[in-house]
Parts: sequence; C-alpha cells; structure tokens
Amino acid sequence: MRESPSPSHSLAPVPRDALLRRLQAVLPERCIISETESQRPFECDALTIYRELPLLVVLPENVEQVQQVLRICHELAVPVVARGAGTGLCAGSMPHPEGLLLGLSKLDKVIEIDPLARTARVQPGVSNLAISAAVAHHGLYYGPDPSSQIACSIGGNVAENSGGVHCLKYGLTVHNILALEVLTVAGERVTVGSTGLDTPGYDLLALMTGSEGLLGIVVEVTVRLLPSPEVAQVIMAGFPTVTAAGDAVGAVIAAGIIPAGLEMMDRLAIQAAEDFAHAGYPREAEALLLCEVDGTREEVASCSENVEALFREMGASSVVVSRDEAHRALLWKGRKSAFPAVGRLAPDYYCMDGTIPRSQVSRVLKEISTLSAQYGLAVANVFHAGDGNLHPLILFDASKPEEVRRAEQFGADILALSVQVGGCITGEHGVGLEKLRQMSHQFGPAELALLEDIKAAFDPGLNLNPGKGIPILKRCQEYRALPARHRHD
Amino acid sequence: MTDRSAEMATAISDAAARRQPLYISAGGSKRQLLGRACELPILDVCGHTGVTEYQPSELVLTARAGTPLAEIEAVLEKECQTLPFEPPLFGGRATLGGTVACNMSGPARPWAGSARDLVLGIKLIDGRGQLLNFGGRVMKNVAGYDVSRLQAGAQGTLGVISEISLKVMPQAEHSLTLVYEMNAVDAIDSMNRRAGQASPLTAACWLDGRLLLRLSGAAAAVEHTATAWGGEKLADGADFWRDLREMRLPVFAGPEPLWRLSMKSTARVVDNACPALIDWCGAQRWLRGNFQLQTLQQTAAAAGGNASLFSGGDRKAEVRPTPDTVSVRLQQRLKQAFDPLGILNPGRLYGWL
Ligand SMILES: Cc1cc2nc3c(=O)[nH]c(=O)nc-3n(C[C@H](O)[C@H](O)[C@H](O)COP(=O)(O)OP(=O)(O)OC[C@H]3O[C@@H](n4cnc5c(N)ncnc54)[C@H](O)[C@@H]3O)c2cc1C
Repeated sequence: MRESPSPSHSLAPVPRDALLRRLQAVLPERCIISETESQRPFECDALTIYRELPLLVVLPENVEQVQQVLRICHELAVPVVARGAGTGLCAGSMPHPEGLLLGLSKLDKVIEIDPLARTARVQPGVSNLAISAAVAHHGLYYGPDPSSQIACSIGGNVAENSGGVHCLKYGLTVHNILALEVLTVAGERVTVGSTGLDTPGYDLLALMTGSEGLLGIVVEVTVRLLPSPEVAQVIMAGFPTVTAAGDAVGAVIAAGIIPAGLEMMDRLAIQAAEDFAHAGYPREAEALLLCEVDGTREEVASCSENVEALFREMGASSVVVSRDEAHRALLWKGRKSAFPAVGRLAPDYYCMDGTIPRSQVSRVLKEISTLSAQYGLAVANVFHAGDGNLHPLILFDASKPEEVRRAEQFGADILALSVQVGGCITGEHGVGLEKLRQMSHQFGPAELALLEDIKAAFDPGLNLNPGKGIPILKRCQEYRALPARHRHD
Repeated sequence: MTDRSAEMATAISDAAARRQPLYISAGGSKRQLLGRACELPILDVCGHTGVTEYQPSELVLTARAGTPLAEIEAVLEKECQTLPFEPPLFGGRATLGGTVACNMSGPARPWAGSARDLVLGIKLIDGRGQLLNFGGRVMKNVAGYDVSRLQAGAQGTLGVISEISLKVMPQAEHSLTLVYEMNAVDAIDSMNRRAGQASPLTAACWLDGRLLLRLSGAAAAVEHTATAWGGEKLADGADFWRDLREMRLPVFAGPEPLWRLSMKSTARVVDNACPALIDWCGAQRWLRGNFQLQTLQQTAAAAGGNASLFSGGDRKAEVRPTPDTVSVRLQQRLKQAFDPLGILNPGRLYGWL
C-alpha cells in the first residue's frame, strides 16, 4: 500500500546492472530474481503495511553461494537484507531499496540428527515444524513453537529469538540452540557456540540470537531436542472477568505448577476463534484460559487435577479438560488460529507484542479498551499469559490511509503503556522497521549508543539490514544515507 | 541493603580518566577459579547488596550484584521457590554478580538452564563509568541485542554488573536419587538414553564407578519412574547433590590442577583424558592432573567442545583455548565497545582481551 518516498542518495548507490553482472558470475540464473513483478512476493513480511522493492532478490542454494554473494556486496558496499520465510511481524525482512534481498529458503536441509545426544544440525531455511517432524520417530521434538511454525524458518526464529505457547516451560529459541554457523558481513565463516552447553569467551550465541539479521547471516543451526512428553492435557476455563482470569494465572504459578503453556484470550478473540475453529469455546466468557500440562502420565494426572481445582476456586464459569489427543488438538486449534480468525473480522489487523508483568494484565487490558474507544478501532487480545507476552490485535482497514495512521498510533500507545507498567515493547516479534521509534521509550541515549557500537563491532559499514532493529544515531553519516522510510525522527 | 552503584560508577570513571585497570571483586569465592590471574587494584562491589524486588507470582527476583546467593536462597525458600540453575553458594561467599559473571551452574543445568539462561535483565556499569540498563523484569524481551546474557561468562570484562533480574522457579515437590554400579562408558550411554525419554530426570552424573540419577517433580511421577527404572535409592541423595553443587566432593580437592571439559553429552571417553567426574548428563567432565591445555583441547574439540583450566596450574598462561581469528576479532571489538580503555579485568578471560 504505502510506497516509500523516493530515497535520498547521499552515498552513491551501486548501479543495479553492475551488481547483477557480478552476481551472475557466481549464481545460476534460477537463483536471481530481477523482474519487478517476480520480486513482488518479497516486498514485505507478514506486516504488510510496510513494503519496498529491492535492487535484486537472490535465492542461493548452498552456503558457498551465500558466501560469494556476501563478498560481492561487501566489496560494493551494497546493503543486504536476509529473509527466511517472510512470516516476521515487524518488517524485519522488508527489502532495502538500494540493497539485495538474500533469501535463505533454498537452504532447507536437515543435515544431521543425533538422537542419543538429542541434537540436530539444520540449514536456516528448514521450517520450525519440519525439525520436529524429522525427529519425531526418535521420540524427540524441537521445543519453541511459534504459531507460524508450519511456515517460519529456523534461521528467522534465531534472528528473532522466537517464542511460542510452550516457552513458559521449555524456553525461547535462545534456550534451545547450541551452535550456529554464521557468515559475517564480509562473508567470513565463523562457528558460534559449540556442541557443549557453554563455550569459552563471550557468549556470541546469545548476542546473535534475536539480532534480526544485523550482525551476521545464519547458515546453520544446531538445535537441542526434547523428549516428547508421554501425554499432554489441556484444561480450558472460561471466566466472567479478565481480572478473575488474571488472578487464576497467578494462582497456578503460586501453587508451584509450571504448565507447558498458559494462554489467555479476551471476549472478541474467543468469539472469533470459536467461529473459525468450532472448538467449543465458551462464547459468553469475558476471558478464556488454556492451560496445558505435559510429561509423564502421573505428572500430568497430578497437575491437571490441581489446575482444574484451582480454576474452579478462582471463579471459573466453565471448565473443560481435554478427553484425548483429538480433543486437545481441537482446543488448541482455536488459539493457534486466533490471528487469522480475528483477521476475518476486519480487512486487516495489526498485531502488537509488548510484554508486561503478569500482575498488570487486567490494568493493561482495561486501558487498551479505553484506547480502543478513543481511536474508534476494535481490538482483540491474545495473551501468552504464562510469560506476560500480550498480543493485542488492532482491527482496521489498510485501504484507508487515515485508519492506518490511527492503528499505528494506537499500537504505539499500547507499547508505551507496556513500558510504563514495567514491561517491554517486544516479547518475540522483534523491532524490525516497525518499532524503531519505540526503542527510545525502552532505552536511553547511552544504551542506544552501546547497541550501535555492538552493531559496528560486527558490521562496521552498517550493510546488514541497515535501518532496522536499532536506531542508527542521527549523527552518523549512515543515518543521513538511509532511505526516508528507515528514518525514525 | 545498600546501593553503591553511584560510588562504583564514579570509581570506574576515575579509573578510566587515569587509565588505571581494575580487578572487580565481590565475595572473592572465584578469584582463584575459572579466570587468569589479575594482579590489579581492586574495585570492591561487596557492600552493594539487597534484593530490590521479588514477586513470587511473577517468578522474577531482582537483586544487587553483591548480594550473597545464600541470602537470595533464603528469601526464595520462604516462598517455596529456588534458583533453578543450582549455583554453588561457596560457603555463603558467592554473590549473584560473580555467579552470573562466571556463568556458574550446578547439576540441574541441562534441564533447568544455566545462570545465563535465567538472566532477564541487568544494570551494568561500562568501562566509561556509565550506568546502563538492559533487558527487564519480564520473561520475554527481544528489544535490542541481548546485552544481559552476554555478561554471563564475560567475567566482568564488559562491565561491572550492578543489578540482575532473574527467572526463579518453584521448588520440586519431591526428589529422589537412584544409583547404579557402572563404568564411565556405560554411564554416558545410559544417562543420555534416559534423558531422551519423558521423565522427571533433573540431574545425572557419574563418579567412582557409579551412575547417579536424580528425579524431581510431582511425587507420583517421581515414584513411578523410580519403580520403572529400578536401581538402588540413595538414602542421603540430597546431600550428595548439594556437595556436588558446592564442589566439595573429594574429587574436587587436592593440589593438582583441575580441568573442565564442556562437550557433547555423548562424547567418547578417551584413554589419555579419563574424567574423574562426569556431570550434566555427560556434557561437563572434570579431570585432575598436570595436562597441557593443548592436549585436552584436542580431545574436547574432537567432540565439538572445549577444555579449560578451572583451578590450580599456571594461571598466568591462557586457561582456555583461543578461538579462530574471526572470533578473536569480534570479541576484541566487543570489548572495545563496552570498555574502550581496557580497564575492566583486563587479561582475566584471555591475555589478548
Ligand atoms: C500468523 C503468525 C503467527 C506468529 N506467531 C508467532 C509466535 O507465536 N511466536 C513468535 O515468536 N513469532 C510469531 N510470529 C512471527 C514470525 O513467524 C517469527 O518472527 C519467525 O521467527 C520469523 O521467521 P521467518 O523465517 O519468517 O523470518 P523472516 O520474516 O523472513 O525474517 C525475520 C528476521 O530474521 C532475519 N533473518 C531471517 N533469516 C535469517 C538468517 N538465516 N540469518 C540472519 N538473519 C535472518 C530477517 O532479516 C528478519 O530481520 C508469527 C507470525 C505470523 C504471521
């Protein structure tokens, strides 16, 4: 929709044809996309209100080709934006108008599985779910499970430090990977992490995880695998108020139970999900909790009984416990399809991602509903309640520029609110282009300067995904060279 | 309960102005461990103590870096919560800051995560004396680079940690320990097989010809798995794991250098480097003796891991292997970004850092 104004060139951009010729020398023709129409699918990620076309798109087929591409771009000082599956929600893989879009989707091989050590080495383009599928016959799976797991790539997961509904118990991406093969901006190959549980020197693995393609290109990931639980059970409860549901979450934790997942939805989200999935959600409830317990049979039996009792005690208006695997999958289906389900209520939705202290949930939801009235835009709330990660989905119509602006402003207010109550602007979706402005709510100038120095330590010329993730300081020449769209003043 | 952060920041900016390198010290419990010898004037962070925020239902605790772990454990104990990574308290001397800076974790590490894994946010004083704030008090936060976790294992070379927010966990309802007579090779195989099954396994080690497995969780689950797995129940199991965590088992004592191998959990045991103790389900192995770092590193590297000199031996030489040139360059540049004048624990991690 909104095309970016034509960028100002204060550093001379590289002629597209010169770049094309250099790339043709190292890549087969099928790996280069130069026609505008064929580039369209790559112009945005899942946050489609931000779009841009790159100079060229390349889809290399092996690590050596990626390395060659990086060397060429380094030599010519061409910006490089990595892209996995493009399911990101912060315009992180949106192309740079004077740069190259480096798609990693063809690097999609599971290289090695070590069932005894419970690890797998995979290429970055392998989808999150494909890893679990590839190891399932060993009774193992990969823990972090973003709702986009059918499509999103493990490389993208690493770049965003993605989470999922099971992260409360099993951790985020950063807790479930052991090592990365990374290419630096100059195309040098470096191993980060090891097959052990720690590595001498600075923890570059932690630094790379969540670095949004700004520090290096991930070309291989060694993941840790978990034993598949013997059983899992979902306890679903409807509550007459959001406050009661929030208190019930606190009560589960206070009782010493760490569920595998603990999710909350508000009324609008419940109804949308029920219309979509027919999972038997209580339409009349103001809030719904889905609590999954997993492990051995005995563990699950014991926890599930406790959770059910707690929910009733905390005033649940309805409680349903999954009867079998099919029923459990059905109960999750509503939650896992909440985004598309809510998406049917309006032409577009804008997904926010703040994290808040759990105890603040009813206050925050109340304020969001006040804002919703003020902005005249409906909002449905989906909440990783166990770890405080809130996804308000703002409904709007992207064909109305004025409504887009309102939605963006509403979103910005929600993020400011998250910071104000002691939380943060993004729990799992990343900063990308979208939240650059909010970075100064979260960090002061000294912190931002240090983040910038870290960037420069890895990428002194600022050629990897420039103008995303962390604001480039305005005093830098690189800032003035940014396309207008990337400026955050 | 004293906030000394302003004083510490001033001390650092003064030292920076004078280009005077400092050694950061808190409880001093790890001064002779993990790092290289650092004969420098001391910046004492000892009195900078106190749990500043703790809400059990949030599973988050925030404390100043000089707070002794023992004090933190006592606060958690009252709410039936715990530091899940089981760091050594070292007779009450270990502080939260030192523990995170050294990334010290105990037997539960492969299941519960490391000190690094549980860090949520930090306040840090960099080498210019600026007090900076990264991460937060919430479970998920991906704004900016993960500067908080980067401090774990950096041993103070990137900044003086002033305050830390950590994820804490409920205590297990019930625990027991199973013992099996077994050689090291079989034990490694057995512990890894067990770890591949759904079970309440929370620690696995091998020592003196015995495999020891700890089960913790819901009582019914623990008892059920114990029956299924057989083996003998160890009467004083909790004491054993406590002694292992505190590194006060006989295997840790003695004058000879103590080496640590961090490697793939299934790595083969090689004859010239037989571990005296295997912990972390095979991923952490301890050796005693006058080895060469190079030799042990070759063994560890063959299994994708690393060797380091944990205590004793020549601590003026390198005590951990130097990585490839690209990693060296990246680490030096990071050091430069945090501590441009090189005044914070120079040489503690590596001679070149
Ligand atoms: C319906 C829906 C549900 C979602 N649910 C969740 C959820 O539950 N939890 C969650 O965390 N996220 C969720 N997301 C967001 C998104 O799926 C994740 O951020 C995912 O990790 C992105 O992966 P990708 O392969 O699509 O990456 P892309 O969108 O292609 O890229 C994301 C970022 O990673 C960088 N990048 C990609 N590959 C590499 C690489 N190999 N090396 C270096 N940098 C790279 C890109 O430059 C970009 O900055 C959801 C998205 C949608 C659309």
